Amino acid sequence: MKHLITSAAVAALAFASVGTGFAQDATKGIEEYRKMLEDGNPAELFEMKGEELWKQKRGPKQASLEKCDLGKGPGVVKGAFVELPRYFADTGRVQDLESRLVTCMGTLQGFNEEEIKKTPFGRGEMANVTALATWIATASRGMRFNLPTAHPEERRFYELGKRAFFYRAGPHDFSCAACHAQENIRIRLQDLPNLTKNPGDGVGFAAWPAYRVSNGQMWSMQLRLNDCYRQQRFPYPGFASDVTIALGSYMGINAKGAASIAPAIKR
Amino acid sequence: MKTRREMLSSGAKLAALMASVGLLPATAMADWNKVAFDAKTLAEAVKGLGGGAPVASKDVTITGPDIAENGAVVPVGASTTLAGVKQLALMVEKNPNALAAVFNVTDAVEPSVSTRVKMGQSSNVFAVAIMNDGKVYYAQKEIKVTLGGCGG
Amino acid sequence: MADPMRIRAQVTGDKATVRVLMSHEMETGQRKDSAGKTIPAWFIQEVTVAHNGKNVLTAQWGPAVSKNPFMQCVVKGAKAGDKIAVTWVDNKGDKRTDEATVS
Repeated sequence: MKHLITSAAVAALAFASVGTGFAQDATKGIEEYRKMLEDGNPAELFEMKGEELWKQKRGPKQASLEKCDLGKGPGVVKGAFVELPRYFADTGRVQDLESRLVTCMGTLQGFNEEEIKKTPFGRGEMANVTALATWIATASRGMRFNLPTAHPEERRFYELGKRAFFYRAGPHDFSCAACHAQENIRIRLQDLPNLTKNPGDGVGFAAWPAYRVSNGQMWSMQLRLNDCYRQQRFPYPGFASDVTIALGSYMGINAKGAASIAPAIKR
Repeated sequence: MKTRREMLSSGAKLAALMASVGLLPATAMADWNKVAFDAKTLAEAVKGLGGGAPVASKDVTITGPDIAENGAVVPVGASTTLAGVKQLALMVEKNPNALAAVFNVTDAVEPSVSTRVKMGQSSNVFAVAIMNDGKVYYAQKEIKVTLGGCGG
Repeated sequence: MADPMRIRAQVTGDKATVRVLMSHEMETGQRKDSAGKTIPAWFIQEVTVAHNGKNVLTAQWGPAVSKNPFMQCVVKGAKAGDKIAVTWVDNKGDKRTDEATVS
């Protein structure tokens, strides 16, 4: 009898809070789940590999990446992640972390940069680029995004990224903005960050690279963008192409002040 | 068309066949408790581990989230305050094979372990303590598995 | 050869919490590839944790343990400077051992 009363009370309570109640409970439950996974994020395996790759003498020139300039001077890793993409005088281009790493692998180690860019995600040297990016991101964990905007090219890339973000096309007449330009919207249980402004610490741009539990893969920002393009039914944007870097500039500059939690763990 | 369960079971048969003709390395299989891991039900799995009839106990604890965002990675833990525990097992009732992992506990470690398991669907998850005397105690927890969206 | 494990062993009081991440596919044998062919099972079957060379915990795993497995246990009497070694063996007979110092 007591059991019956309890069930009835629970049912009544559930009924009273129907609507927002379930979503809130579910959101709380998901938060608890995500928290449980943070301790022991498999991204650490990629981070370890990235650190080793940075120091290892590799490639045709048998050199390490320890002299690679990620924007804060040769070999400076800490803090580099939260200031990328940025303009690099030696290449005359705005580069994100991954495209910069490919440049260093080419110039310092003698790898064929075009070959790396054509390699599918998760394979060969591309997998190494992702591991390196994971380690470099880790070194800026907790730091706040502060992309430079002094160079005209950096400002041009921001504007280009903004246009790409709002550009509607494809069979579904989609844009990045279709999902990521409003507050409080979600797909099923996933909240969608508003990327037209600073969406908060560790949200959106400040969370990638991230380990995806659904497929057990380490996802870099380039792969994240690539998948956004796939979901929009757009053509493959090309690894390290101007449009991907420009989108990084747009989201990164918008995220000014947001603390990085990369590498994060995602569903 | 075959149902999922039929496909799973023919997969298991294939593995058994491969093992019997030596296609799977015998050395690695030698100590592994195939009977327990092939068991479809909790009762069979416990039996396969050499335990008796399981009894619910407040002295066994199962930890895990109420909801898992993705069934591919569900953090779960088993612990007990009982003395004389030989094995701590984690089982998922609705998985094709109930037993996910079993830990042989010695006096040199706390009887408390955790790992992450795959869950095909929402299910009761069990922490099972198999004692030195063959008695079996358990705790259970329902974990809901949700589908994800498309982004991240 | 398999990638190294990440082992962390931290002292709290008179014991150490050991957290291990392993790099492994943990393929169930129930999935199919794009050509419809079953992907063969490939998973860690046995895990051993040793404290200063003495086995303190062994485990048997099935394919239901998640990809890139995580495991946590608590080793009694472990002090800073002690060695914790973890070994896994998978169903193909591959094995890997890594060691960490308790801190």
